[in-house]
Amino acid sequence: MQHFDNASAGDIVLSVADRIIENRAYLSEIDGKIGDGDHGVNMAKGFGMAAERIRGNDMSLAAAFDTLGTVLMTEIGGSMGPLYGVMFTQFAETIENSSSIDAKTFSTMLTNGLDGIQAIGSAKVGDKTLLDTLVPAIDAFDSANAGGKPFPDALDALVVAAEKGRDGTKDLVAKIGRASRLGERSLGVLDAGATSCALILKALALGAKQKLQLSAAAVR
Amino acid sequence: MQRFINNPDEVVEDTVKGFVKAHADIVRLGSNPRVIVARHAPVSGKVGVITGGGSGHEPAFIGYTGRNMLDAVAVGELFSSPTAKSFFDAAREADGGKGVVCLYGNYAGDNMNVKMAIKLAAKEGIEIATVVANDDVCSAGPDERDKRRGVAGEIFMWKCAGAKAAEGAGLADVRAIAQTAIDNCRSIGVGLGPCTLPAVGHPNFSIEPGTMEVGIGHHGEPGVRVEPLKPAAEIAREMVKIVLDDHDLAAGTEVAVLVSGLGATPVNELYILNDTIEQEIAGRGLSIHKTYIGNYFTSLEMVGATLTVMALDAELKRLLDVDVDCPARF
Repeated sequence: MQHFDNASAGDIVLSVADRIIENRAYLSEIDGKIGDGDHGVNMAKGFGMAAERIRGNDMSLAAAFDTLGTVLMTEIGGSMGPLYGVMFTQFAETIENSSSIDAKTFSTMLTNGLDGIQAIGSAKVGDKTLLDTLVPAIDAFDSANAGGKPFPDALDALVVAAEKGRDGTKDLVAKIGRASRLGERSLGVLDAGATSCALILKALALGAKQKLQLSAAAVR
Repeated sequence: MQRFINNPDEVVEDTVKGFVKAHADIVRLGSNPRVIVARHAPVSGKVGVITGGGSGHEPAFIGYTGRNMLDAVAVGELFSSPTAKSFFDAAREADGGKGVVCLYGNYAGDNMNVKMAIKLAAKEGIEIATVVANDDVCSAGPDERDKRRGVAGEIFMWKCAGAKAAEGAGLADVRAIAQTAIDNCRSIGVGLGPCTLPAVGHPNFSIEPGTMEVGIGHHGEPGVRVEPLKPAAEIAREMVKIVLDDHDLAAGTEVAVLVSGLGATPVNELYILNDTIEQEIAGRGLSIHKTYIGNYFTSLEMVGATLTVMALDAELKRLLDVDVDCPARF
């Protein structure tokens, strides 16, 4: 069974934060078309604050997720603070007692994160939200696992599905949040939350793949 | 941008600092710097009354902190919900041992953060009851009132609940009067010009010169229609019609009327609107107990105005007439 160590894997979260910070202006620009235009600003602020607390502290993946989730929940507010905050906190709680993370643990982690989001929000798939990225991504990861694909290949499937889900939000009418007031006028534009969710999942998957390569090399 | 700001990312911090200095006799900063607390709070044995919301609506929300009004207010970024922790800290600052009512507006972020704050508070043995304001008529149809946004009617809700709590009522009764107050409110906004979040740097929507957006929301959420700009009397008639057609009020009902500017509309124009508003309301056989005109609940520098009508019964009328001492005049 392929797996990577939880200990010291907190740097994966730093690479997630880097991608969000790099895309600050892009996320705000997308958001500005149908929302307030502050998505990138608020996300970069939260992920940046968390990165400062994680960097140089040799954290486990669980501890880094917990740090990020707590910062988003206590410092960011808006809608994205609680939604991503609860997702990362759930990730942390799922893996805090696992010394190593295999595909099954990774799947449980993603699913628990999704459950957390659905417990506080009221969006459904198709409402033009981050769920349109997250739900198909988890489904793709799980079916790759069920089909006997190796962990890294399942991570690739997750990224492909996440980006496809993100792109699909262009053809959706917003049903929830501030963009929903636009109705049909929200067509043709990506959802900012779905876009940031795809960035997060891709960085997570790439980070996990790198760890898998390292631990495979160590075994050899 | 022609704005009085220092750093666009620190607009809220700088606003709060100046606010606390100006009104140090009435409010103080909480131990969480995103919470404004009334000097008198917490009052032992009194139900705490709190709210919270995004900044940029001043004097709402912070300006209604004070005696017989709000005990504490959670402060969010511009147009963005406060954190769950700030709502929770506001409840903690307001808790006098009898529980806390959190009276806030119906927005996705606020709903989620308050929900999480309730959980945090429960762990510390603080009970939070909530009322979600949904007075904005144009934000959803009459069959979907639970989807409507909360706007200036929130001030009437705070006033009635604050006065009720000050009389020593219990949590259930304070919650109930807040619910009755907001159920009795209907509001409508008309936008003539957009507003700009300083950190974004450009207007968040556009209104073509010579047009107006009927039913606009407090953050520029689109209204129900865009029309050519008309004389004030015609706009006022349209506002009254939308509000009262949604509000099944018997002739002879007493009402309170609130006309608020959205930030960049001169106050004299609010009086121009009110001249027709009062005439139209009277024309429907309603009697006006009290009228409030001014910048009570704004949206940065949006050009426009909102009208709120609250139907009064004997108790709401009595509570509305209780004196308050808060930074905003009310």
